[in-house]
Amino acid sequence: MSAERTDVSTTLVVNGRPVTRSAGGHVTLLRWLRDEADVLDPKYGCGEGVCGACTVLVDGEPASACIVLAAQCEGSAITTAAGLLDDDGEPSPLQRAFHQHHAAQCGFCTPGMLMCAQAMLADGTTRSRDEIREELHGNLCRCTGYQHIVDAIEDAQGAAR
Amino acid sequence: MSDEIRTSKLDELRVVHQPLARHDAAEKIAGSTRFAGDLAYAGMLHARLVRSVVPSARLTRRDVTRAALVPGVVAVLLGEDVPHNEISVDVPGQTIAVGALKARMQILATERVRFHGEPIALVIAEHEDALAEACEAVEVEYDELPVISEPADALAEDAFKIHEGGNLLAEWRIDRGDVDAAFASADVVIEGAYTTQFVDHAYLEPEAGVGWYDDDGVMNLRVATQVVEHYRDVAKILGVPDSKVRVIAPYVGGGFGGKEDMTVEPYLALAVAHTRRPVRMQWTRNESLLARAKRHRNHMTYRTAATNDGTILAQDIEIVSDAGAYAYLSALVLLYSSVHACGPYRLDHARIRATTAYTNNPPTSAFRGFGGMQVVLGYESQIDELARRLRLDPGEVRKRNALRRGDRLPVGQEIITEVQLAETIDAVRERAGEKPAPSGPRKAVGRAIASNMQSYGRLVWLNDSAAAWIGFQMDGSLTVRCGVPDIGGGQASSLAQIASEILAVDMDRITVHFGDSALNPLAGTTTATRQLLMSGNATYEAAVMLRDQLLGAVAASTRDPVESLAMTPEGIAGPGGITAVTAALQICRRGNVPVEALGTFFGPKGKEVTRDLDGERLFPDFTFGTHLADVEVDLDTGEVKVLRYLAAHDVGRAINPLSVEGQIAGAAVQGIGQALLEEIVMQDGVNLTGGFFQYLIPTAMDVPDIEAIVLESGEGLGPFGARGIGEPPIGPPLAAISSAIADAVGARPTTLPITPERVLECVERGARSTP
Repeated sequence: MSAERTDVSTTLVVNGRPVTRSAGGHVTLLRWLRDEADVLDPKYGCGEGVCGACTVLVDGEPASACIVLAAQCEGSAITTAAGLLDDDGEPSPLQRAFHQHHAAQCGFCTPGMLMCAQAMLADGTTRSRDEIREELHGNLCRCTGYQHIVDAIEDAQGAAR
Repeated sequence: MSDEIRTSKLDELRVVHQPLARHDAAEKIAGSTRFAGDLAYAGMLHARLVRSVVPSARLTRRDVTRAALVPGVVAVLLGEDVPHNEISVDVPGQTIAVGALKARMQILATERVRFHGEPIALVIAEHEDALAEACEAVEVEYDELPVISEPADALAEDAFKIHEGGNLLAEWRIDRGDVDAAFASADVVIEGAYTTQFVDHAYLEPEAGVGWYDDDGVMNLRVATQVVEHYRDVAKILGVPDSKVRVIAPYVGGGFGGKEDMTVEPYLALAVAHTRRPVRMQWTRNESLLARAKRHRNHMTYRTAATNDGTILAQDIEIVSDAGAYAYLSALVLLYSSVHACGPYRLDHARIRATTAYTNNPPTSAFRGFGGMQVVLGYESQIDELARRLRLDPGEVRKRNALRRGDRLPVGQEIITEVQLAETIDAVRERAGEKPAPSGPRKAVGRAIASNMQSYGRLVWLNDSAAAWIGFQMDGSLTVRCGVPDIGGGQASSLAQIASEILAVDMDRITVHFGDSALNPLAGTTTATRQLLMSGNATYEAAVMLRDQLLGAVAASTRDPVESLAMTPEGIAGPGGITAVTAALQICRRGNVPVEALGTFFGPKGKEVTRDLDGERLFPDFTFGTHLADVEVDLDTGEVKVLRYLAAHDVGRAINPLSVEGQIAGAAVQGIGQALLEEIVMQDGVNLTGGFFQYLIPTAMDVPDIEAIVLESGEGLGPFGARGIGEPPIGPPLAAISSAIADAVGARPTTLPITPERVLECVERGARSTP
């Protein structure tokens, strides 16, 4: 059915796997991932780049997939929360820290939170709690009050050192 | 036994009371949890609502001709296409003039709209791209009518009638003792007026769901909901037997009361019934902010009479709440406001007058705290002012007046469990230490505490019940089935912990099937801080029955006295050694003893309320707590920084301390958001806050760590002596923050949210009042 709507196709490397799907000029990365590529862990929360529930890594940089067009990302590597699992499907140290610290309550913001946190860990900087909070300002959570998420990231960056 | 306190000694507990990482979190951190909007079916259609763009109008024309021609559109439905285009809410305890008739609303409006965002038409299309264009193409003409924005205007004698029966939706009265005489004899009288705002739940998951027909002709709705029992409402709308509708609640991406009323359910059902195909509906954030019911705006006037030693003699309270355009649960929310209005304090004389009226604002309904939280701003501002006026310690004044077991609330209900309010006050103050110094010359630091009480469990006259089924598999693993929706608070995980405790099966060998109205025993709503009390007790009872069945069968087989046997992680231990659970299950099979059990828990009962509330027990029980806030105010900009925040609650028994801390921290931050940031802004009925750019909830930078202090009296009506904790921590922040600002600048904010502008007004007033 998408062929009726568009004749443009885009190839992205999603969690290490090249995926080619149609993407009209108006299709956001979030819709492309969810509706075309069946990658469901990035969530729709606001559609205007405020809440961070759709955060993914585009070539290692965090981006709100709801305000990026899929076609803009042609050829890029996209990483989502599912992409943090190892080859055996086991959680990464960051994901394990989220689990142990009770950083996921309803879990809806979690995939986006994880990607924001992953970008923090990737740059090798050890951040204070305040600095972690500052980095998280674009990812809203309504359940946890944030501190268990901050605990998890603090713990994970300690383990990564 | 609904009032039994099933407490337990800590050293007897093996699984309960452990801070276990929740089983549902394993999928959540892997990103594999399938929320309501994540399901897709081959051939699935998509649906969206056309909503009113004006707040008050007669609909003079609705034409779907052009919309139906948009490529991809399958159908466009109007109210005339709905089999029973009406739901009505019973308004209890009121006169006939304020009954169910007045509370009715249409699924799709046919003649009249009463708020900005009210649904008028339902567009169903092959793909999502067609929806926006088709919704635009539905032609609606409005003959605009007067807009009423304030409950006071709505209640004026010559007011335009929003509903046929008039604009008064409900009123409640409590009269205890002789209020006027008490005021006449008082040493001191404190007066104040407080206003709270419309607040949105702002869960991260907007309303969503997928519907389809099963092969047996049953309508299935897999939706983000706190109430699978809405299958009955959907059946009424469709005009089919209740047994023909099934609601499934997957893990919900946040509820907070906003998914207690129906959201997508009726529309999904209509679309599925009309097309006979699977349909998905996902509301946009804009729709969620515009049209789903909000927290009530309350106008509260308080007068408190006291003696010079700080003893409260009497309170005279008036509450007016804004019900918005339709009734929903406004009458009950106002009832909660009335019963909780005096807070956790003992007083012999009280007069409470509470009224809720229709306006053309968005409907208001359930939201964490359910009317019991707005009044915290009222009673805690009053007691803080009382202490200030008398130059007494605010903690001591609270302790002097604190409720104790055996005391009665103004409504007449007796407190039947131990109250550890004083302990929560001491806990936050001891932990907090000295008040910090300001960080600069034009900064002021303030500290305040705020205590509260909040009911857990539904109103007793609603005859609440919940059921849970537990079955052993023949390999010794365990299946729990319970209708409870899990909205992120660990509702399902707690049941596994309770079953594990009693049946000594490891947590990772227990599977909980939840949130399904057809295949699981019904457990009622995940609302009113009731699930631990209700489904927790039902699971407890089922587990005890099942344990006794196994022990009885083994006792009969080994000829040991049944009292000498116990479930242990190794198996059934007795004088003759251990019988493996698998062996015990074989013994049950041979002896025709069931290896499963259904437990049903019935909540406390009470008689139906009348408008004049008197002498009644209204709630099962209450949870008590105290918060402490340190804030720093920038005297030039009015900016408020929360430096430290502590929250102590007596939870009876923490089934999972991690979940308890999570509930306390999350609720406190949500309350801080209401105190300082959040407001659905209405202008002549038009909602100006349609996105997260306008509607601000706290980010990680806006709040400090919440230092949760968990007290355990062992005195709650839930399993193992637990009290509910989902709602109670959301009320105190309103007062802790406003009183801390008052402490910093010398004048009290009384209107929420406390924006920098309002803070600067207080700075000015404070400067005038202190020479």
